[in-house]
Amino acid sequence: MRFLKSMVGRKVVMAVSGLVMLLFVIAHLLGNTTIFAGSDSLNSYAEKLHDLALLIWTYRPIMIAAVFLHVFFGIQLTAENYKAKPDSYAIRKSLNSTFAGRSMIWTGVLLGVFIIYHLLQFTFQVTDPAISADRNFDVFGRPDVFHMVVRTFRRSAVALVYIGSMIALAFHLSHGIQSFIQTLGLNNEKTLPFFQKYGTLVAVIISAGFISIPVVILAGILKG
Amino acid sequence: MNLTLYIWRQKGPDETGKMERHDARDVSRDMSFLEMLDVVNEGLVKNGKEPVAFDHDCREGICGMCSLVVNGVPHGRKEKTTVCQLHMRHFKDGDAIYIEPWRARAFPVIKDLIVDRSAMERIMYSGGYISVHTGGVPDGNAVLISKEDAETAMDAAECIGCGACIAACPNGSAMLFTAAKVSHLATLPQGRIEAAVRVCAMTEAMAGQGFGNCSNHYECEAVCPKGISVKFIAKLNREFMRAAFIKWKRERND
Amino acid sequence: MILDGKCPSGPLSEKWEKRLHEMRLVGPANKRKFTVIVVGAGLAGTSASATLAELGYKVEVFCYQDSPRRGHSISAQGGINAAKNYPNDGDSVYRLFYDTVKGGDFRSREANVYRLAAVSSNIIDQCVAQGVPFARDYAGYLENRSFGGALVSRTFYARGQTGQQLLLGAYSALCRQIKAGSVRVHPRTEMLDLVVVDGEAKGITTRNLITGEIASYAGDAVCLCSGGYSNVYCLSTNAMGSNVTATYRAFKKGAFFANPCFNQIHPTCIPVTGEHQSKLTLMSESLRNDGRVWVPGKKGDKRPPKEVPEAERDYFLERKYPSYGNLSARDVASRATKEVCDEGLGVGPGGRGVYLDFADAISRLGEEKVRERYGNLFEMYEKITAEDAYKQPMRIYPAPHYAMGGLWVDYNLQSNIPGLFVLGEANFSDHGANRLGASALMQGLADGYFIIPYTIADYLAATTPGKVKADHAEFGKSREDVDGRTRKLISLKGSKTVNELHRELGKIMWEYVGMSRSAESLRKALKLIPELRAEFWENVRVPGSGAELNQELEKAGRVADFLEFGELIAYDALHRNESCGAHFREEFQTPDGEARRDDEKFCYVAAWEFKGEGGEPELHKEPLVFETVRLATRSYK
Repeated sequence: MRFLKSMVGRKVVMAVSGLVMLLFVIAHLLGNTTIFAGSDSLNSYAEKLHDLALLIWTYRPIMIAAVFLHVFFGIQLTAENYKAKPDSYAIRKSLNSTFAGRSMIWTGVLLGVFIIYHLLQFTFQVTDPAISADRNFDVFGRPDVFHMVVRTFRRSAVALVYIGSMIALAFHLSHGIQSFIQTLGLNNEKTLPFFQKYGTLVAVIISAGFISIPVVILAGILKG
Repeated sequence: MNLTLYIWRQKGPDETGKMERHDARDVSRDMSFLEMLDVVNEGLVKNGKEPVAFDHDCREGICGMCSLVVNGVPHGRKEKTTVCQLHMRHFKDGDAIYIEPWRARAFPVIKDLIVDRSAMERIMYSGGYISVHTGGVPDGNAVLISKEDAETAMDAAECIGCGACIAACPNGSAMLFTAAKVSHLATLPQGRIEAAVRVCAMTEAMAGQGFGNCSNHYECEAVCPKGISVKFIAKLNREFMRAAFIKWKRERND
Repeated sequence: MILDGKCPSGPLSEKWEKRLHEMRLVGPANKRKFTVIVVGAGLAGTSASATLAELGYKVEVFCYQDSPRRGHSISAQGGINAAKNYPNDGDSVYRLFYDTVKGGDFRSREANVYRLAAVSSNIIDQCVAQGVPFARDYAGYLENRSFGGALVSRTFYARGQTGQQLLLGAYSALCRQIKAGSVRVHPRTEMLDLVVVDGEAKGITTRNLITGEIASYAGDAVCLCSGGYSNVYCLSTNAMGSNVTATYRAFKKGAFFANPCFNQIHPTCIPVTGEHQSKLTLMSESLRNDGRVWVPGKKGDKRPPKEVPEAERDYFLERKYPSYGNLSARDVASRATKEVCDEGLGVGPGGRGVYLDFADAISRLGEEKVRERYGNLFEMYEKITAEDAYKQPMRIYPAPHYAMGGLWVDYNLQSNIPGLFVLGEANFSDHGANRLGASALMQGLADGYFIIPYTIADYLAATTPGKVKADHAEFGKSREDVDGRTRKLISLKGSKTVNELHRELGKIMWEYVGMSRSAESLRKALKLIPELRAEFWENVRVPGSGAELNQELEKAGRVADFLEFGELIAYDALHRNESCGAHFREEFQTPDGEARRDDEKFCYVAAWEFKGEGGEPELHKEPLVFETVRLATRSYK
């Protein structure tokens, strides 16, 4: 596969896998917002989602592939880039590049670790079996996802980890969104500033959306 | 005005270099940056010291020889200006100025501020041309080219091949240079026939020469003395995907 | 000796065709046995290398820059002429030919100029096919503009960077041959000697500018495409590295140097600001279409230009040349400018400048229109001077620009040394005593793409390939000479820098061998130049060693050659007792100060033969026979 060895080919893979994950993140956020309507809403959403086995078993391999490719090529490309610029300047003045862009590898690593933690916590539910939704059921006999989430985020240390990771996500996406448009060749000089501006906006909205959940729980607005 | 210069000095490719302090006295505001260095060098020669080696030739901003990083920016802070056209009136009395060579793995230092940019040439040799013979070509007006296409091709073709884009890129990538060359020819009908082969060959050569990958920071555009737009990088990406698609289709048909 | 240009006989328009039939060919299987050495990578050098390699010859190309796409042809702004007659305004091959001969003040070879005009159309086609993005109109057709010295629009252009685009086009053709393995490029390598074996040019000796290694390369023919020598004036529009070394070393090996005194001074350059100045920047002469040239009428008038009332201004070009005014020919305008400055009326630092005022044009056309026409030039001016030419007049001053003179070549572009071919600005052949705008690019490419591929075969067909190898004794001797000279330069350890001595030479050349010369001034130069040369060889300081990258050493070698070459210009200018084109002798002018040409005595090419360092060169003449054109007086009144 020469495409997967080439400079541009691998970047296209980065862009497409990133886009797949972005779409998932958006869907995930929309699903999460059901929490604001209370325990019935979230728990019924979770149950219905689990009933759609076909959907779940289609998207899971896609997601695993996307994550794997994104991480693999991300590390490989970054390693090559470090090698291509071995010496730094005594004084360096950046003109167009952003902190977000330059720190992609670090926000990426952070998010990778976060995803593992997040899966252990809410998918495999091994971090605190006592509040696991698979063992605790609500009045309708559904797994009580709502209480699991609320109890988890009442612990401020955990909430802070989530908030911090979502800030990293905001940075990662603010560079990532405009970047995949450029890599997929969809830019010209007029669209470039547009995507840079609105890419950042979308990143901030997504991140703020996720952050709002631990925040309202910590603030005691959402009670379990 | 008087300035303090910190200049990268390196005797040869395999030697280690360091920043060295030099004083520039009575610098005139009307001097170009390189003329200021000429004066410093004359002083060094007179005092029995080795002058600072730096590349330069036309001194009117078109040949692409000059290649200095001034205070962390290739060609200095004035936009769309090569360092040979940068004048001292943009500096203040008492300023400290850091002068360094282009830095990238693909650009080994030859001496002081001179680097070897032949890696860029090898990208061009790999396919930066239209395969036309001398003679036997149709009349210049036989193939019409819309004004827009001619202008876009010219926007890309203005590249002077100085390498500032590579020097500025945090990844040492030659993407803007390669994209400008690919786009110039791919925009014109004469260059379409070989567009797919060309973009594959040139990007492969770029990787083979030790340049990094583009991660869309756009530092290159900011320092380009000709203001070449990063939209041409998007175009290169498009051309590359198109080439890959064509190849895939061809292989499937075989 | 009377030289023969070996032009074919017969009607002018059939000469080249006739020659093409007469010339021998090299068979396709034999071509790869021949090695051609090309020195210089401007338009002529790259186009010749690419074309010869494509034909099958092995080509070795040398340039002092780090890439064969940085030759100074790249700086040409305006455009390239071609007799396409696309605008249907009455152009023809004959008209382009006639304009060029007349512009050259009837000192060029008729047959050469006609051939140049005839192949001009092919150049445009070739460049378009290579992907040169020439300007197009809304229907997609090639656009033309008009240029000095012509009444038709025949100039093709790519914004203000035509030279760059044509060079990149030729370079792309070269890239293709490099990939094919038929060309080897030697960048950062300078030719320091021509090797002549049994009277034929068979190789060169070079210095690797990175390692300092001195090496020899043998070939079956040598093409010099090394450009012009205007840097003999120190300050010129040439690149810093432009030099006469390649052609001058060939001259010392017996090649004749023709018309060295024909050196064009361009009127619209940005003036000098001080001693530190390293080069002069040219602005397209199209500026004179709308700008008015003036100086204050009184000496020592220090008022800002705006405060000088209309009545106290001297629009000297309009006054002296009422019909052509600000648009008079390059040499005429340059001379008039120098005159007013010599009278003490000049403006700006050192009084070396005149105003080029756009106030009238702005009030007549509006600032927008002026911006549209000259925006990029105004920007360039602003970058260098920090002055806004929309608000105050530009200051301009003439600067040495283009060398019409060069090594003598016959119709086949071969010098008097068999096997030595000279192309582009380095030869003397097509521009006579003055070159018209947009003709230099045309000549470089004509020579490289369409002339040398045929004419070199005629020479090679009669030789045995690879006859002389680099181990021949002559090569060893040449390397020793070059090495000795390098060592000598390093060993002097004097007190003056190369730049200081170059500036002094420049001052002598500009003052006494500049745009207006007299027997007296030239004699003075012939006294001063050898003195300066003697000082150079005693007192120059070149630091470092020869075995490393040493830019001072590179410069020293070039200036050493200029110090000899300047004298040759003076000899030529002194002997030519007439005024023609760029060569203006004060003794030979009409009562109203116009050039007085002497066709009776000087209608010839002066080709000089080297007769030892410091010795007077020997003059040979090639009479110029005008079979078609009738000699006429150039007038801009």
